[in-house]
Amino acid sequence: MRISADPGKCLGTGNCALVAPDVFDQDDEDGTVTLLRAEPPGERLAAVRRAVLQCPSGAIRLTEQAG
Amino acid sequence: MTTDAQTLPLYPWTDRNRECPLDPPPEFTQLRASLRLPYVDMKNGHKAWLVTRYEDVRAVLRDARFSANHDRPGFPQMGPVDRAVRPGTFAHMDPPDHTRLRRILAPEFMPKRVEALRPRIQQIVDELIDQLGNTAHHVDLVESLALPLPSRVICEMLGVPYKDHQFFQDHTRNLMSQATSGTASNSSFEELMSYLDRLVTLKAHEPGEDILSRLGDRVHDGTITHREAVGMAILLLFAGHETTANMLGLVILALLKHPVQLAQLRADPSLISGTIEESLRYLTIIHTGIVRIATEDVTIGGQLIRAGEGLILALASANRDDGVFGDPDIFDIHRDASSHATFAYGIHMCIGAHLARAELQIAALSLIQRLPELRLAVPFDQVPFRHDMFIYGVHSLPVAW
Repeated sequence: MRISADPGKCLGTGNCALVAPDVFDQDDEDGTVTLLRAEPPGERLAAVRRAVLQCPSGAIRLTEQAG
Repeated sequence: MTTDAQTLPLYPWTDRNRECPLDPPPEFTQLRASLRLPYVDMKNGHKAWLVTRYEDVRAVLRDARFSANHDRPGFPQMGPVDRAVRPGTFAHMDPPDHTRLRRILAPEFMPKRVEALRPRIQQIVDELIDQLGNTAHHVDLVESLALPLPSRVICEMLGVPYKDHQFFQDHTRNLMSQATSGTASNSSFEELMSYLDRLVTLKAHEPGEDILSRLGDRVHDGTITHREAVGMAILLLFAGHETTANMLGLVILALLKHPVQLAQLRADPSLISGTIEESLRYLTIIHTGIVRIATEDVTIGGQLIRAGEGLILALASANRDDGVFGDPDIFDIHRDASSHATFAYGIHMCIGAHLARAELQIAALSLIQRLPELRLAVPFDQVPFRHDMFIYGVHSLPVAW
């Protein structure tokens, strides 16, 4: 999987950081998303999908690779 | 036959489910199964489409064509009288104003900031429970714990000086109290607005590490106006106080009503997080729903919604949708309730969600651990529920231990 995160769209809600703190962090000043790992291991897929679903602003996108 | 000639069903329904006051009205179950969205009369001059299914509620909340701007003509406000949006009330605005204001507050409420507050929240809970013990082994939990806790937490987060905490608590208490006369609560509102107005000005000159100082900085650099800063402060006070207070009363009640699960939680405190998520789902205190207005024609749930028409998103119904939650009417602290709709979705998703979770987790767990004999002091059917308030809960929760 490959994740992209757009701080410009991010509202700093932090649902992603709550759901997958090993993948997403937040800037201390303005709360916008910091991607810790753009390609986390496969077992994190469920958590990352949840983070995408719960992102209120659509700032996080996930591309799931076949195979 | 035109729409005007038809009698529309009225909404909201005046009482919660009579069988069990912890369940939403039974009408929702049929509506979720129906192929149509009902158009309802909101009893205040407004009409709106009632959205009851989880997927439809989510679809609306994530779609920028549905506006939260309460100043739009025809916006289906829920209250008896339409009010203009006060400066700073970003919950009732669209981008870009919403974005500008929310971004300032977002870092204050993010998960890691809330985690850092946990020890302080625990201290406040401990002090409040200590004080319970000083009375004759029965109290109203609403008065003694549920109301003061969120009030004290928000007080500290805002940066209200300690010497003013009592003043702040007393007036906040007045605002939230059912028993307060109209005059008393208006005057408390004026007192708080005026107090916050002075405090924002003070913080702009002598900033600390708190929310009001942060707002003062933004006034200073021109991002927001002074009036917006005061409006945002009062919004946080309203939004974060009555909600959490009502949830805490209901959570304790729900646990007392499910003693097997209460015992499981006592034996395994790691269950508290799941317990609070399930409580948020099961209890859905924003029980009449939230509102939006369409800015374009959009089809939702097979229904064409025209631009300018209003919608009510029935969060309590979405949370009992059996397409999402198996056996949805069962309170089960072991289920994964994390996709509940209680904090809504989209750009207005509750900014205080993480804080609410922390307060509820800490307070509920501490209470049941420190008072192992905790029980209701009145029969369940005598607990007074807030059927007619926008935020559901109990007016009082007499308990003994």
